[in-house]
Amino acid sequence: MFHYTIKRLLGIIPTLFIVSIFIFMFVHMIPGDPARLVAGPDASYKDVELVRQELGLDQPKVKQYFVYLGKILQGDLGTSMKTKRPVFDEIADRFMPTFWLTIWSMVWAIVFGLLIGVISATKRNKWQDYTGMFGAVSGISLPSFWLGLMLIQLFSVKLGWFPTGGIESWKSYILPSVTLGAGVAAVIARFTRSSLMDILREDYIRTGRAKGLKENVVVWNHALKNAMIPVITMTGLQFGFLLGGSIVVETVFSWPGLGRLLIDSVSFRDYPVIQAEMLLFALEFILINLIVDVLYGMMNPQIRYK
Amino acid sequence: MKNGTVDLHIKDGRQEAEKVRTPFLEFWRKFKKQRIAMIAAFFIGFLFIVALLGPFIAPYSAVEPDYENILSSPSMQHLAGTDAFGRDIFSRIIEGTRISLFVGLSSVFFSAVLGTILGLVSGYYGGWLDNMIMRICDVLFAFPGILLAIGIIAILGPGLGNVVIAVAIFGIPTFARIVRSSTLSIKETLYVESARSVGASAKRIIFKHIFPSTLSSIIVYFTMRIGTAILTAASLSFLGLGAQPPSPEWGAMLSAGRDFLNTAPHVTFFPGLSIFITVLAFNLLGDGLRDALDPKMKD
Repeated sequence: MFHYTIKRLLGIIPTLFIVSIFIFMFVHMIPGDPARLVAGPDASYKDVELVRQELGLDQPKVKQYFVYLGKILQGDLGTSMKTKRPVFDEIADRFMPTFWLTIWSMVWAIVFGLLIGVISATKRNKWQDYTGMFGAVSGISLPSFWLGLMLIQLFSVKLGWFPTGGIESWKSYILPSVTLGAGVAAVIARFTRSSLMDILREDYIRTGRAKGLKENVVVWNHALKNAMIPVITMTGLQFGFLLGGSIVVETVFSWPGLGRLLIDSVSFRDYPVIQAEMLLFALEFILINLIVDVLYGMMNPQIRYK
Repeated sequence: MKNGTVDLHIKDGRQEAEKVRTPFLEFWRKFKKQRIAMIAAFFIGFLFIVALLGPFIAPYSAVEPDYENILSSPSMQHLAGTDAFGRDIFSRIIEGTRISLFVGLSSVFFSAVLGTILGLVSGYYGGWLDNMIMRICDVLFAFPGILLAIGIIAILGPGLGNVVIAVAIFGIPTFARIVRSSTLSIKETLYVESARSVGASAKRIIFKHIFPSTLSSIIVYFTMRIGTAILTAASLSFLGLGAQPPSPEWGAMLSAGRDFLNTAPHVTFFPGLSIFITVLAFNLLGDGLRDALDPKMKD
């Protein structure tokens, strides 16, 4: 297991390397002159040249890349063009709200997704199954921004139960996390159903039933344990989609997180922040995938001993 | 019955050719059993007609303001009410159908063409080429959700055309992976080996022999992907990065209605409902196609 983990850890280095080149190229792919962008439209030619030297844009591209890489490794992500603050501080301020939003969404998604999946699999081809699966495919098709606005309209505007946006108290987390988690719950439900249905056909389940175990014990203790292996992998991968989804949901709920910072930066063309955020999201996603792979290896002996 | 052979049935001692089942007929036999997917297919057909006839069937203009009818609630005159400029929301939704279907289909078409070529080449040749293509896919996969599309828009600038490009690039790696994995297994089959042994060129083997066998998974994924593409494009427009006002794009309409959530919720409700139903129809059709085309589900 240790060797496997090390091998996987080393395996992400080339991907991270190419991702960093990709993100570095990002700023150079923008039409127009980055130095002019940073200096502002009214800056004189001399000022633009000064900015160019300051940013090292007059150096060869390869040298620029290694300077960029060196700075990232030291935690220097540049300065925001909008607020003139270090990008690192901008991101640090916004990290926790997004982190907690993602965690809460995942909690809802797992609870409801598993429940719907198990009910659908055990009541196969009955109304519970049809309702559950129709609900799941609807969950995948729901535009999260619409769901969010409808929830605000009902629970905040009409009933006044929850705030319409921002972070005021624990209540502020409910609507955004439900909105963000709905799609993931749907994916987990569909996956749990198909995985559990496969397991329920196995011989050892028939043995369990034949020796008179209660159906609940067979499903929850015997079948679900094995059915969970692929579901856990899938759930882990959904974390990445929550990160992406948070961009939209944070905009709907005026959430002071990373997603909204990204959208604000794109509209302001604040490239250092966009660059840093893309790197951070990619890094998080790659790390989550790695953790999922290692967990999968720990749970599944067939992978572990390969 | 496979590949157009004739099913022979013995009946009263006589042999009679009862049915000729081509792969398409076999698919159709399975597909038409799935009622929900059939309904979805009919609904999508209906959407295409609406998209084609858009301006002719819309009761009002989609862009002309009518300041005497600002934010009116749904009524017999305005089935889905009017927006902040007095424009009929129902007419705007009808005209927006064309935009959503265009964005969905064109972006997925580009993803499918490029992804399929990359997947075929990668799977067939293997080696450094495969390694390189798959590493590039890994990099594109490293950006979760719509982040990659947002990054591309940040470079290209907002606008519907750029949304198509962004959503298309966002879909390429998935097609490439799906086609690559099918190619890997198909290239080991006997018929590909015999084609190679009679001296068929690599190009011929890839496009004449391997590509048709990957087609079923491409079709299934293509359909499922249209829903995602429509949703992504609408999300980008909602975020202000896609279609710009006064375009009747559904995501942009929804975004414009946010300010009137307290007083006129119908402005956001109907465009959102349209996105939801359209994406749902493509997803249900995709599910049905998968069940009918996936060999594992064959009865």
